[in-house]
Amino acid sequence: MSSDASPTAIRSGRLAECATRLRIWWTMLAICLEERLAYRGDFILGTAMRFLPIVTQVFLWTAVFAATSRSDIAGYSKTDIVAYYLLTMVTRAFSSMPGLAGGVSRSIRDGSIKKYLVQPVDYVSFLLAARIAHKLVYYAVAILPFAVVFWICRSYFPPVPDAATIAAFVASLLLSFLLGFFMEATLGMLGFWVLEVSSIVFAYMLVQYLLSGHMFPIDMLAGIPTGIAGVDVADVVRWLPFEYTAYFPAAVWLGKVQGAELGRALAIEAAWVIVMAVACRIVWWRGTRRYSAYGG
Amino acid sequence: MGRYLSIFGTFARACLVRDMTFRANFLLECVTSLGWMSMNLAFYLLVFQFTPEIGKGTGWSREPFFAFVATGLIINSIVQALFMPSAEELTEMVRTGGLDAVLVRPLDAQFLLSMHRVDFSSFANGLVGCGLLAWALTRMDYAPPPIAWLLYPLLVVCGVAILYSFVIMLAAATILMGRNQSLYDFWFYLTNFSRYPAEIYSGPWGGPLRALCTFVIPILLVVNVPARVIAQPLVGDAWWPVVGAVAAAAAALVISRIVFQRALARYRSASS
Repeated sequence: MSSDASPTAIRSGRLAECATRLRIWWTMLAICLEERLAYRGDFILGTAMRFLPIVTQVFLWTAVFAATSRSDIAGYSKTDIVAYYLLTMVTRAFSSMPGLAGGVSRSIRDGSIKKYLVQPVDYVSFLLAARIAHKLVYYAVAILPFAVVFWICRSYFPPVPDAATIAAFVASLLLSFLLGFFMEATLGMLGFWVLEVSSIVFAYMLVQYLLSGHMFPIDMLAGIPTGIAGVDVADVVRWLPFEYTAYFPAAVWLGKVQGAELGRALAIEAAWVIVMAVACRIVWWRGTRRYSAYGG
Repeated sequence: MGRYLSIFGTFARACLVRDMTFRANFLLECVTSLGWMSMNLAFYLLVFQFTPEIGKGTGWSREPFFAFVATGLIINSIVQALFMPSAEELTEMVRTGGLDAVLVRPLDAQFLLSMHRVDFSSFANGLVGCGLLAWALTRMDYAPPPIAWLLYPLLVVCGVAILYSFVIMLAAATILMGRNQSLYDFWFYLTNFSRYPAEIYSGPWGGPLRALCTFVIPILLVVNVPARVIAQPLVGDAWWPVVGAVAAAAAALVISRIVFQRALARYRSASS
């Protein structure tokens, strides 16, 4: 743009640029939506089956409560725990990114990432758009089995919380989506340095499954000593980002985190999203600089 | 029979040679499966922080329950090592027509398709299972009688046979449908039910589920029967599940064989 352009011309130029960007985003989203909808039968079946492990968990905890004289375990009553597992399913529906890290590292390994390097498309944005599309289709299909299961189990849930809590719950879910996305994308981009990231991804999944609260509420780790005075295992887990990808939103809905603590926790979650987004960018910049395009 | 055993020996040797060629990968796979397992054990240890037993009056307190878990590890590791790698390849073979090459060989197709690959790294979990079983049994108040020690290996074999029959049925479904990734996921979720004592499935939903998974799809007999024989007293009614597991294993093997043969008869080659 020439230096003597009028402010209006500059503004309309920027608008046009914005419109182009939006159009690119929309196209990326539309492509991915169509791709996902091609296998919808498989999708519905897969979603419904994901509830089966919860069924065994529910029976297991019911049996545990039947054998113990306690009315609650780490602050969770018999019904709370069922509600907790169901709610972590919702959180995982937002934060889990199946195939993301593996896909990124594969495209680095086989050289197909070149296509994004020469196109006027930012790869991270493309991945994000693809994920949003993936998730939108998933929710459209999954809402049915989710609704059925939650309706059947409605007696396990405490009364619906107030609007502020629901808003915090939704915010924590959206942040958990971003956190999960940036963590896995960063992991996949380690493929610029190591050829095969699958073992790293596996280790990540393991840690994530154990420490995110997916397997059990993190509160149960309170009081288990780490060997450092005044610090228990639950404290260590709270210093890590994993709890925001399963435990935290569920705890918000169940009213385990309230008031000022809730605001603080949401801020920490947002901070983790920013940290991971920046990490993802840095890894991308450094990685593409050393990338030497393998494959034909 | 002798011929098949020697052919299986050749397969196993070839797979061992292959695994040992990529030793680092082999070790990594062992570590991987041990990782999942230790995580589950940590979870069970955590559960026993809060309760003396699983289900009131079931007898599944900490040590017997770990004997149960060990039995599950042993059975699943055998199935994972001997049958799953071959079964997973079948999906691709049906789609690409590789199955044709198997069918023209002068060997039983079911044998070739379900046993040509052995994944030795899966035995790692089984070994840990044996160690865990020994640990649990030495710490238990109850010492299993000699008859329990005799029955245990037999019932473990029955458990493996039942799971093997499911793998064969899934393979038959793959041949009929062309391709079915979801069915393998279903396999994973189905075996999930066998991971806990049958007693936990009680109440208005659990009762029918338990009946379904015992009498229709005998998945609950796989781990429960051998584990109960070794970890709990063999009195009165305890004999019926033993008889049931042996009968179920025999029936499952026969039925899966018939289903598999029917499926093969309807197979039309995919490749040109």
